[in-house]
Amino acid sequence: MSSESTDTATIALRDNAEVAEALGRNYSAGFVTEIEMTGLPPGLDEETIRQLSAIKREPEWMTEWRLAAYRHWLTMPQPDWAKLKIDPIDYQALSYYAAPKKKPKSLDEVDPALLETYEKLGVPLHERAALAGVAVDAVFDSVSVGTTFRKQLADAGVIFCSMSEAIREYPELVQQYLGSVVPTGDNFFAALNSAVFSDGSFVFIPKGVRCPMELSTYFRINAQNTGQFERTLIVAEESAHVSYLEGCTAPRRDENQLHAAVVELVALEKAQIKYSTVQNWYPGDENGVGGIYNFVTKRGDCRGAESKISWTQVETGSAITWKYPSVVLRGDRSVGEFHSVALTHHRQQADTGTKMIHIGKGTRSKIVSKGISAGRSSNSYRGLVKVEKGAEGARNYTQCDSLLIGKRCGAHTFPYMEVKNPSAIVEHEATTSKISDDQLFYCRSRGIGEEDAVSLIVDGFCKQVFRELPMEFAVEAKKLLEVSLEGAVG
Amino acid sequence: MLKIDNLHARVEGKEILKGLTLSVNPGEVHAIMGPNGAGKSTLGNVLSGREGYEVTAGSVTFNGIDLLALEPEQRAAAGVFLAFQYPVEIPGVNNTYFLRAALNAQRKARGEQELDSMQFLKLVREKLKVMQISDELLHRAVNEGFSGGEKKRNEIFQMAVLEPKLAILDETDSGLDIDALKQVAQGVNAQRSPERSFLVVTHYQRLLDYIEPDFVHVLAGGRIVESGDKTLALKLEEHGYAWVREHGEPAGASA
Repeated sequence: MSSESTDTATIALRDNAEVAEALGRNYSAGFVTEIEMTGLPPGLDEETIRQLSAIKREPEWMTEWRLAAYRHWLTMPQPDWAKLKIDPIDYQALSYYAAPKKKPKSLDEVDPALLETYEKLGVPLHERAALAGVAVDAVFDSVSVGTTFRKQLADAGVIFCSMSEAIREYPELVQQYLGSVVPTGDNFFAALNSAVFSDGSFVFIPKGVRCPMELSTYFRINAQNTGQFERTLIVAEESAHVSYLEGCTAPRRDENQLHAAVVELVALEKAQIKYSTVQNWYPGDENGVGGIYNFVTKRGDCRGAESKISWTQVETGSAITWKYPSVVLRGDRSVGEFHSVALTHHRQQADTGTKMIHIGKGTRSKIVSKGISAGRSSNSYRGLVKVEKGAEGARNYTQCDSLLIGKRCGAHTFPYMEVKNPSAIVEHEATTSKISDDQLFYCRSRGIGEEDAVSLIVDGFCKQVFRELPMEFAVEAKKLLEVSLEGAVG
Repeated sequence: MLKIDNLHARVEGKEILKGLTLSVNPGEVHAIMGPNGAGKSTLGNVLSGREGYEVTAGSVTFNGIDLLALEPEQRAAAGVFLAFQYPVEIPGVNNTYFLRAALNAQRKARGEQELDSMQFLKLVREKLKVMQISDELLHRAVNEGFSGGEKKRNEIFQMAVLEPKLAILDETDSGLDIDALKQVAQGVNAQRSPERSFLVVTHYQRLLDYIEPDFVHVLAGGRIVESGDKTLALKLEEHGYAWVREHGEPAGASA
């Protein structure tokens, strides 16, 4: 049975819990695109990196930057402090580059099979069919296959292109900012990413410009045994504003696949960056076979005074999620926010949270984390709030709520606080609740079926975070949670 | 409309209902009274299909169908409504949104057209007038932070919107002061019609001063031990439940 057809079948059979159970998780993005590919054979050494850099026609400094990162990576052990059980990863068995054979010059030349893929995923790349007011960069395995609305953006002075292109076209900007937020040796996965990153998006919003539309990147892993190493860099100059969204999916496969991303955000004085993620990598099946290993380093630097960076994430996919989008509050009175919904089902494991590093005076941060665990999954919140000596009058508010569905899942909270300035105010609130039988019965006695009742209750639980998402994506996120929770009760 | 015949039900292995028989016709209001532990709430829960209530014998038919074979949501769609003694809070879920989801789920199950938001809003406005509920209550999360009176009024408001054929009011008067009680009763009375029946489950007679029943039944020891008109409620008020026990037990045993 193809995954697309189960979609409608499950909705029609919703009343029948047994059928829903049998179908298990309904991952509609699990299809594979048949397309001619080219790439590097499995294996990783300095030669691989030189080859990768050559394929991408990178300047010498970039190749050296990668090699330095690689040498650093070799000295580092894979971190094991998270509450995750990870099967050993054979880094030599992975391929570090995979791309469709035909290279399109413009969107009109993109392979129809690719266009169809994105169409199916609900991300049409034809500008006339595209989501109104959203520019999209589509990354397929290791390369960007197209970016929409480039002309309109260029007219506003905004640069939105693939990272590979940016390295060639805007080397000074890239050299100035790349690695300035997440240094190459920051952590094991960031070092690996710095050595082998393939593509991602580059966004530059010049001084005083409000980006005229939402920007978004859609990441798709398709090839087998291939790691995806996305690298995204967003720079907002003084008083610039931008809202950016990324979406991610991958086919259903029995092997685990590696996704190790680095995202860097830089906000200069009074700039605002809003970064939203809807992460729906293939989570593996109900027995924990397959699924993406998602190791992500995301960090924003509020470099200028009164700047603001806000992360919003809805994490429903991946077999393993290791991800802590953070904000360094360097500029005085800068603001950092983290809004998160992380849902785990079946055998999924998530260890996710944030770091808020208060350095500037009067800096403020807010953390709202909603964890939902179902099946036999494990869901941990890990968060650090650090207030440095000079951060006079810093404020943090953390709210951390967990919702359990069923009796075999786990929810954990690991809040860390380091406060070195006595004038700081740091608040932490945490709750753990279960969907109660009373709530379910109340909904059912009003005519709402069991699965819809769970969706309704979960949606209410996540409301605070969904409010932060751009409108269309909030609807998307809600649907995603519903699908992800299918078969969670009964 | 509703025929309960020799109903036996257990909760956690303990038999609570022991041969309850009751027949309700369209448009009738039946009051079920009885001492604590008589099985009053169990009756409402069994009729609406709550988990953990095991029917061991007897039958319940509702307009000719076997009610006990249906899931709770199917019973709701068939027209059974339970006003909870303790309405449940659902944080973050908007009251209006909840009610629309419920109404449309019922309509869908019955093969009727679902209401769009404009049609639904119109319906809500009409019903609001009857219930004298403030708009503000609609925009809050389901029962979250509601006072006891607000919760009960919200139940009756839900009933007004869902328009059931049979409404079971489970100790709707508990925890209400006299003003709130009058308001709730007024809401119920506004919904009395020749097609709609009510089972009013209560411990005290005072609710029946405001919702006048056609029949009063006394539930004791899991059975109906005495039935009569509204004067029975007054007698109970006067003599207390002890009187029923002495007076009614043999009759109940033979039922």
